[in-house]
Parts: sequence; structure tokens; C-alpha cells
Amino acid sequence: MIRLEPRETAPVWLSLSAPLTAVLAALLLCALLIMWTGASALEAYGLLFKGALGSRFAITETLTRATPMILTGLAAAIAFRAKLWNIGGEGQFYAGALAATWLGAGAITLPPYLMVPFLIGAGALAGGLLLLIPAILKNRLKVDEVVTTLLLNFIVLLFVNYLLEGPLKDPMSMGWPQAAPIIDEGVLPAILSKSRVHLGLVIAVVAAVLVWALMRFTVWGYEIRAVGYNAAAAGFAGIGVNKTIILTALLSGGLAGIAGVSEVAGTKGYLTLDLSPGFGYAGIAVAMLAALHPLAVVASAVFLSAIFVGADSMSRALNVPTYISDVIVATSVLAVLVSGMFTRFRLRFR
Amino acid sequence: MDGTDILVSAALTIITAATPLAFAALGELVVEKSGVLNLGVEGMMVVGAVMAFATGVTTESAVLAIIVGALSGAAVGGLFGFLVLVLLSNQVATGLALTIFGLGLSALVGHGFVGITFAGVPSLYIPYLSDIPIIGEILFGQDVMVYMSVAAAIGISWFLKKTRAGLILRAVGENHDAAHAIGYPVIRVRFLAVLFGGAMAGLGGAYLSLVYTPLWVENMTAGRGWIALALVVFAAWRPGRAFFGAYLFGGITIIQLHVQGVGWAVPSQLLSMLPYLVTIIVLVVISRDSGRQRLSAPASLGKIFYAAS
Repeated sequence: MIRLEPRETAPVWLSLSAPLTAVLAALLLCALLIMWTGASALEAYGLLFKGALGSRFAITETLTRATPMILTGLAAAIAFRAKLWNIGGEGQFYAGALAATWLGAGAITLPPYLMVPFLIGAGALAGGLLLLIPAILKNRLKVDEVVTTLLLNFIVLLFVNYLLEGPLKDPMSMGWPQAAPIIDEGVLPAILSKSRVHLGLVIAVVAAVLVWALMRFTVWGYEIRAVGYNAAAAGFAGIGVNKTIILTALLSGGLAGIAGVSEVAGTKGYLTLDLSPGFGYAGIAVAMLAALHPLAVVASAVFLSAIFVGADSMSRALNVPTYISDVIVATSVLAVLVSGMFTRFRLRFR
Repeated sequence: MDGTDILVSAALTIITAATPLAFAALGELVVEKSGVLNLGVEGMMVVGAVMAFATGVTTESAVLAIIVGALSGAAVGGLFGFLVLVLLSNQVATGLALTIFGLGLSALVGHGFVGITFAGVPSLYIPYLSDIPIIGEILFGQDVMVYMSVAAAIGISWFLKKTRAGLILRAVGENHDAAHAIGYPVIRVRFLAVLFGGAMAGLGGAYLSLVYTPLWVENMTAGRGWIALALVVFAAWRPGRAFFGAYLFGGITIIQLHVQGVGWAVPSQLLSMLPYLVTIIVLVVISRDSGRQRLSAPASLGKIFYAAS
């Protein structure tokens, strides 16, 4: 008979090795799935690794793709810390991209050193305000934010679709549903020559450090963690729970909104309906894989991005559908959740 | 087509739009009544959809397809139950992860089935009764899954209210410590509920890919699992109201399509928002009576059960 016994604290080696072991186990499980599709698992993983990290080009592509995932990952991590279950990252991403397009495609012209921060601020505001609606509904009426944030994704996406077919459609786009490009002053400059890596990566990493510092050293961070740990107790201790939820929502939605700005003004240049291949949802996986730790989010986003980028090139070479990357990611997340048990409980054999 | 014909065809399409929601919502209702919050409904639905479709296309047997749809939904449910009940992982996080997992796995499995159509599930015309004008075809000319969903609504209602097992399930959901103390097997009851909920979500997905469209498209559930979750809250955890709610939302989906067909000057994307917007608005409206809301929710919903002794 095996019994679970709660632990007070977990040793450091365990809290580090448990998630790594979990990811390895997930990769092994997915190897079976790859073999099921008829390919050699070893060859597939080899190609995946080469496609993600095997050349300068591959590495820069992985970093480019990781950029928005760091930001949406931070968005999910900070919200989940407060037990504000924001799964509307995708909608907030598009809200940010939309704000950047609305203001940055010619409506306002400022010198670059003002234009870029202005667009980022506008995107953050748009994302934050979008999450404010579910947060207020949660505070005031106890409406479950899981459902409202998720459903808002569909609403925002349909709205963007409408705008791209109508009012925002670029007359120069030859009929494609896309918006006018962001003006040169607002474009996030490339930071590595001959690559797509742009300023967004720096912004994302700085954001991760800032979020970590906020959570670790400030009263706000303390309050966010306290509300997440036990909202009732936090309330008794004099923390404004509703105020903290609102603050968390603005930060979380804002980060996802910045991800949208970074993609539209950094990677792509103009808004389309396929600007995000699910960056908002991927952020949830990123955050969970990082156990909601802001600095680990960076590593986790790069890892998941490597899987996505690597799987793209692997599936071109072998006849394995690219969707294998989604399965690898989800299996890794599940495995890490399971591994959390080993850090929270001790196994007793009797 | 005259007026009654249009009404009949509208009623028929509402039924097809409502049935997947009814299955998923009723299943989730039983799960939540046992005290488990399963946010993986969407994932279970989409896995049910792809497995049922793949089975249907390869075996050409609708019956087998429906069974496989239910079983594969239950399998994902079993995975969820194992993670949440045995390994005590967080229910919200695990449910979300399982939805991502289900969407990825279904896209992988369904990769080879895109663009194929399925002959569909044959309708059962009940002799004589289905010949009644107007209501005959609506009430007695449906496919077998529609009748299954009606039977499920009645059966679940009866099970929860009238049977001893239903009472135990509710007791486990209201207060798992007390239920454990009098000797009820909390984990086993919840595990069975989760398996059932998974099978129902799988059936809902199977209905989508076998009858509603009938073809396989990646992410074809399009948030229906989440609407089903909202329906359970809307129904105040009562099976009859969940069933009614599914028809209400099916109706909204269909009206929205019909309005698009009539050619009003409203952009189609804005009309397509309607089901999602209405779900949020309904959640807001019913939550205004938050005191009653809290009373009808199972008291142990979403809490981790850990038997200390």
C-alpha cells in the first residue's frame, strides 16, 4: 500500500529535478506516438532538435517564436498566482495587436523613441481593459472567470475578423483580409542581423525580471500571492482582495496585450487573423510548465517554442503531422503537473 | 416552402445544434454534483468527435462510431480522474491542460480524415407517430442520439433525485469529509462520475462530427465544451434546466444562422458572436442572485479531497 504524506517543504534538488524528469518522461511517451505514425522516434527527435537549435537560423527562429510566448506565459503565471484563472490570453493578445494597429498604422506619428513605447502602452492598456471585464464580474457577481475569459477569446477574434474584412481592411492588400502595416516609426527594430529577432525579445525578458521582482520584493506581489494562496485569510489580514484581483487583471491582460503589439509591430508588421497560432493558449502551457515562476517562464517559453519550431521542420522531412508539437507540449504540461505531486507529497510504502 | 415548413426545418436544426451541448452539459453536471470541477470538457468532446468520426469512416458503422466516441471521451475522463483524484493535482490546471492535450491529440489523429464526409447517423422514423403532421417528424423522426440525450436528461434527473447511489454522489459533492467519515468511497464515486462525464462529452463530440457537420475539422468543437460548462451554472445544477438551456443555446445558434441567411445588413461575424455573448450575459444575469447561486452549487466543488486517515 502506498500512502501520500503532505510535505512542509520540498528540497531544492527535488523541485528542480521533478519537472525535468517529467518533461523527459513526456518526450518518451510522445516517442511512442511518433512511432505510431510510422516514423522513427529517434530520427524525429533528431530532426526536431536540429530544426529548433541546430543552426543560427534555427535558434533565431526559436527565439522569435518564444518572444510572444514569454509575454503570454507571464500573463498566465501572474494571474494564476492570484488564482485568477485568465484563459483569455488569446483575446488579450489580439486586443493589444488591434490597439497597435489602430494607432500605429498611420493614425499618429511620433519619433521612434516615443512611438514604440506609446504603442506598447496602448496595447497593454487594451489587453488589461479586456481582462478587467471578467475581473469585475468575478469581484462583483462571482461570475466564473474561466468561462468568461475563454468566451471573450471567440468574441474578440470574430471582432478582429469583422474589422479586417471591413473598416480596417488595407485597400492596398489586394483583397487579403489584413490591416495596413505599422508605420516605420512604430516598428520594433531587429536586434540581431539577418534574423527576425526584434526588440520584443528584450522587452519580454525585461518584463520577466520585473514581474519576478514585483512578486518577490514588493507589497503588491505579496498581496497577489496571498490572495491566491487563501483569499479569505488575505481578506482578514486586511488585504483588499478585490483591489488585488483588479491589479492582477490589469497586469496579466497588459502583458498579453504587449505580446500582441510585439507580434504585430515586430514580427509581422501588419495585423492578420492568423497573427497568433494560439500564443494566448500556449502561454497557459508555458506558465504551468514553469510552475508559475516568472524567470522559469523564459526558459519554458524557449523550450516550448523550440518544440513548435522543431516540429515544423521535422514534419516537413518526415510524414509526421505538425500537430505532434501540441501533443508533446500538452503531455509535458500534464507530466509536470503530476511531478508537482512529488514535491508536495512524500510517498510512503508500507 | 411555406411557413410551417420553415418552422419545422428550424426546429429540426435547433435539435441538432442543441444535442451536443445537452450531452456535454448533462455529463459535466453529474461530475460537478460529485464535487469535481472538470474544465477538460472541451478536450473530451473533441477527442470523442475525432475518434467517432475515424471509426465511422473506417467501419461505416454508426453504432460502433457512437460507442467509440463515448469510450474515448471516457478514456480522457479517466486520465483526468487519475491525475486529479489519485495524484491530487489541481483540478483547474489539469482540466485546462487536458483541453490543450485533447485539441492537439485530436488534430494529430484527425490529420488523415480532413475533407472526408460521413454518411451520417440514420434517423429513426417511429412508425405512424412520425407521420403526424408538423410535430411528427420533430418528435418522432430523429436520429438515435437525440433520443439518447433526452433519455439521459430524464435518467440523470431520476438518478440524482430518487436513487440511493444518486444520494451518495450528492453527499460526496456536498461534503466529502463527512461522506468519507460515514464510509462512502469518495474517490471511487468521483472517479465513476468523471468517467461518465467524459463519456457524455465524448458523445456530444461524436454528435458534432457524425451528425451536425458531418465531417472532421480541427478544433471543430469551437468552444462548445466551455458553453456546456456555463450551462451547468446556468441550470443551477439541475438536469432538466441544463437540457432546456442546451436547447436555448442551440436556438440562438440557429437563429443567428437564419438571420445571416435572410441577408440583414449586420456583418456575419457580429452575429456569430451571439452565442458567446449571450452565454456571458446569462451568467451575469443569473449571478445577480448570488446568494441562491452559492446555495445551489455543490459545497465541495473543486476542492481537493485528501483522506488523512
